[in-house]
Amino acid sequence: MQLTLWTYEGPPHVGAMRIATSMRHVHYVLHAPQGDTYADLLFTMIERQDKRPPVTYTTFQARDLGGDTANIVTRAVQDAVDRFAPKALLVGESCTAELIQDNPGSLAMGMNLGLPIIPLELPSYSKKENWGAAETFYQLVRTLLLERSKAREPRPGRDGRRPRVNLLGGTILGFRCRDDIAEVTKLLASLGVDVHVSAPLGAEPDDLRRLPDADANVCLYPEIALTTCSWLQRTFDMPTISTVPIGVGATRDFIAEVGRVLAIDVSGVLGGETLGAASLGSSQSRMPWYSRSVDATYLTGKRVFIFGDGTHVVAAARIASEELGFKVVGLGTYSREMARDVKACAEKYGVTALITDDYLDVERTVAELQVELVLGTQMERHIAKRLGVPCSVISTPIHVQDVPARYSPQMGFEGANVIFDAWVHPLMMGLEEHLLQMFREDFEFGDGASPSHLHSVAPAKPEGPASAMVSESHGPAITPVVSEPAPVSVQSPTATTVAEASGAQHETPSVAPTWSVDGEKELSKIPFFVRGKARRNTEKYAAAQGIDVITTETLYEAKAHYGR
Amino acid sequence: MSTSLPVVNEPATGGCTDAPVLRERGQREVFCGLTGIVWLHRKMQDAFFLVVGSRTCAHLLQSAAGVMIFAEPRFATAILQDRDLAGMADCNAELDRVVAELLARRPEITTLFRVGACPSEVIKLDLHTAAQRLDRENFPRVRVLSYSGSGIETTFTQGEDQCLKAMVPHLPAATDGQRRLMVVGTLADVIEDQFSRLFSQLGIGPVSYFPARRASDLPPVGPGTQLLLAQPFVGETVRALQARGATLLQAPYPLGADGTTRWLAAAAAAWDVPAEHFRRVTEPAQTRAATALQRYRGALEGKRIFFFPDSQLELPLARFLSRECGMQLVEVGTPYLDRLLTESELALLPAGTMLSEGQDVEKQLARCEAQHPDLTVCGLGLANPLEARGLRTKWSIELVFSPIQGYDQAGDLAELFVRPLDRSARLTV
Repeated sequence: MQLTLWTYEGPPHVGAMRIATSMRHVHYVLHAPQGDTYADLLFTMIERQDKRPPVTYTTFQARDLGGDTANIVTRAVQDAVDRFAPKALLVGESCTAELIQDNPGSLAMGMNLGLPIIPLELPSYSKKENWGAAETFYQLVRTLLLERSKAREPRPGRDGRRPRVNLLGGTILGFRCRDDIAEVTKLLASLGVDVHVSAPLGAEPDDLRRLPDADANVCLYPEIALTTCSWLQRTFDMPTISTVPIGVGATRDFIAEVGRVLAIDVSGVLGGETLGAASLGSSQSRMPWYSRSVDATYLTGKRVFIFGDGTHVVAAARIASEELGFKVVGLGTYSREMARDVKACAEKYGVTALITDDYLDVERTVAELQVELVLGTQMERHIAKRLGVPCSVISTPIHVQDVPARYSPQMGFEGANVIFDAWVHPLMMGLEEHLLQMFREDFEFGDGASPSHLHSVAPAKPEGPASAMVSESHGPAITPVVSEPAPVSVQSPTATTVAEASGAQHETPSVAPTWSVDGEKELSKIPFFVRGKARRNTEKYAAAQGIDVITTETLYEAKAHYGR
Repeated sequence: MSTSLPVVNEPATGGCTDAPVLRERGQREVFCGLTGIVWLHRKMQDAFFLVVGSRTCAHLLQSAAGVMIFAEPRFATAILQDRDLAGMADCNAELDRVVAELLARRPEITTLFRVGACPSEVIKLDLHTAAQRLDRENFPRVRVLSYSGSGIETTFTQGEDQCLKAMVPHLPAATDGQRRLMVVGTLADVIEDQFSRLFSQLGIGPVSYFPARRASDLPPVGPGTQLLLAQPFVGETVRALQARGATLLQAPYPLGADGTTRWLAAAAAAWDVPAEHFRRVTEPAQTRAATALQRYRGALEGKRIFFFPDSQLELPLARFLSRECGMQLVEVGTPYLDRLLTESELALLPAGTMLSEGQDVEKQLARCEAQHPDLTVCGLGLANPLEARGLRTKWSIELVFSPIQGYDQAGDLAELFVRPLDRSARLTV
């Protein structure tokens, strides 16, 4: 049994719903009790879909359990087929139905409905949403291509036509999939490559039957599409283009891989990309120049923590480190399926990957690492908010704010522009940071001062569709927050230490050095966003030097010792 | 509209007491009883709710709870995993471990509810016996109770009913036979305060609220306890309280000015409050409510409204909107019809109102579209799709989470229904 407060992923049948909802002419009959229909609101409210998800729920009740729940399934299947006339029908069960073992998939198969039935077995008590989505997509593709997969057809040559690829993995409730697909399509067009089928988002069953007619598959989101791409590769000898084009470097690598896999000349596009050049014309993205412009100097070495799904974390680590000059001090994922990739990535940056789906672990880590920017999910946004650290959202689980009205891709050259803005704006701007450091005692530069280009006070705005009902409350922080103790007796002219003044901690004299009133006052002149780090470094230094009472001198000695 | 005050004992014209009800069975677009935790954990600040269920339960709670409110909530889910399902002996040990972990982390918790969900009900995990054992071990520091919020047994607001019912056996016995008022069903704190002032001015008391702001403040019950219901979904709790000697005061619910007057009047009658005194105490608030309602009546009068079943508030809302705002009721759906709780409401509905119980959502959507009402009250899963088909909607869940009861909220309540119409009138895009 696992104690959970919040969860990064829903159950696997929600993953199946994402596939059904992403496509046209696919319907999903879900054997589930009342209440499981809550999942509809993810689609209609978070993603603001203007249609209901194509899902029929059997809605069985306790009083049905002794009787014929199987009958309820067949009736729901028949009704769904009659009413919606789908071209393919997914049939599965939610966690509760899994326990009563009606095997709805087999029941539907036995009904001779004259359309492809895809029975789904998604183990709810061991797997989660993304796995469910990947498995559903794979089963759907496999079922629809069953005949062709047996035929062992030879790979068709290109015969003078333009090369074409499938874009696989985009889904509803994925992170910016809608715009990524548009951006990657544009990018491929600039290389002379057509998009044959984009799936599951925007596709219908007949499109999936055409998948093998493309020259390669682009695995846009490995969480969702890797299983399918591997199967297509094994079965139809279709190569997989696996570079995820998030970030300038990755986009360039993606173009190169497309060229290699499709044996086409991409130098026309790649040639315009000049590595290491400091000018506006050096890339199709503005990001390299913005990052090299002197205004961005203040980004150098900022400590970032990255958490999310595997795809976006691995991409974000590279961008943070190589393209924005941050220092990656920690990263991790909630996606166990992607743990290996994320661990390998962590190794590259000399950190240990945090593989967990417990947001309290993440919060503890963020607090301990004294980070200056968090790149994460909506969970991390809240964690960061509570710890007073800027944050940008890079991954699912999504929130209504992650489905913006404007064009806002993450992939390709435009995606890199979007990322530059999204990650840099939450931070203090360069000169503002300097002014805050220099004139720390300006009465308008209180600790609550946020960047002047943002709202000075976080507005108590609704957080989500239903959130008007329950306001976001700031409950007791549960982790060892890097809290600033109240400035105890700062005005006191005596040289007593803070610990003495507050009459605390007599029993631990040398383990934790105490702060003198002077030292504490000097510390308070350091801007709040780096003060935690200064405090920690100074205390570490004092402990190492055997200093019991931290004075102003100690503070500056530690500063000299550690550097910025 | 006339400015005269509503006459409390005016006989209902026609009514729906014996009206036919369309009973439907099919796909339900309604939350399960776990959702009640979203407001119960805020109402009872010393209570913790531990759902014993699946990842679906955890996902439902965070999705329903405003998609993510990230204060550490006073609820959590113990997610059953494969190894728990393999052997039952493990489950109880695992739960004990989880509870110990929780209680260690949250020392301020005085009441722990272990909430059954669909999976724990289906595998027949006996939370009740286990809760009794844990209660013996942890009481008096922590009271451990259990109830089911599962979707196979409860719908949306029924979760609160089950929760309160679980507390009933632990209410102290009032053996003195003294006349006391118990208001049953969660109310916003501000509304409780308003009602307390009115009861006090009317000379009605002592008054207790169930649930109270602290789960450990259990109101006494016994012969002499008069139950006045604040919410139309506490049926089983009422029956359990009746079994402990309490008497139910039949009244409509305190929605709207007239509803509130009738609700207070039921208590006043039980306390033999002279009519003149009742009038003197309530008149200023009635006048204020009439003024507030006047502002919105024009926008609602004659408009046609359709209720999908959701919170059980449908009947009282329909009564308020038809009697006090002049709306026409196209269909009033309710998840279930408990006549013990709705007698007074049914009597006040216009004769001929189309009532439906349960749901077959596809059929109901077809009826709704055919009728093309001016306003449709429905759940979050249906609202945007209906908007996209040209219907104006009101989320029913907002009516559960907003303070809408009492005189001083009557205008706010009407405004909640005006807003979608107003918005639609403003937009040109």
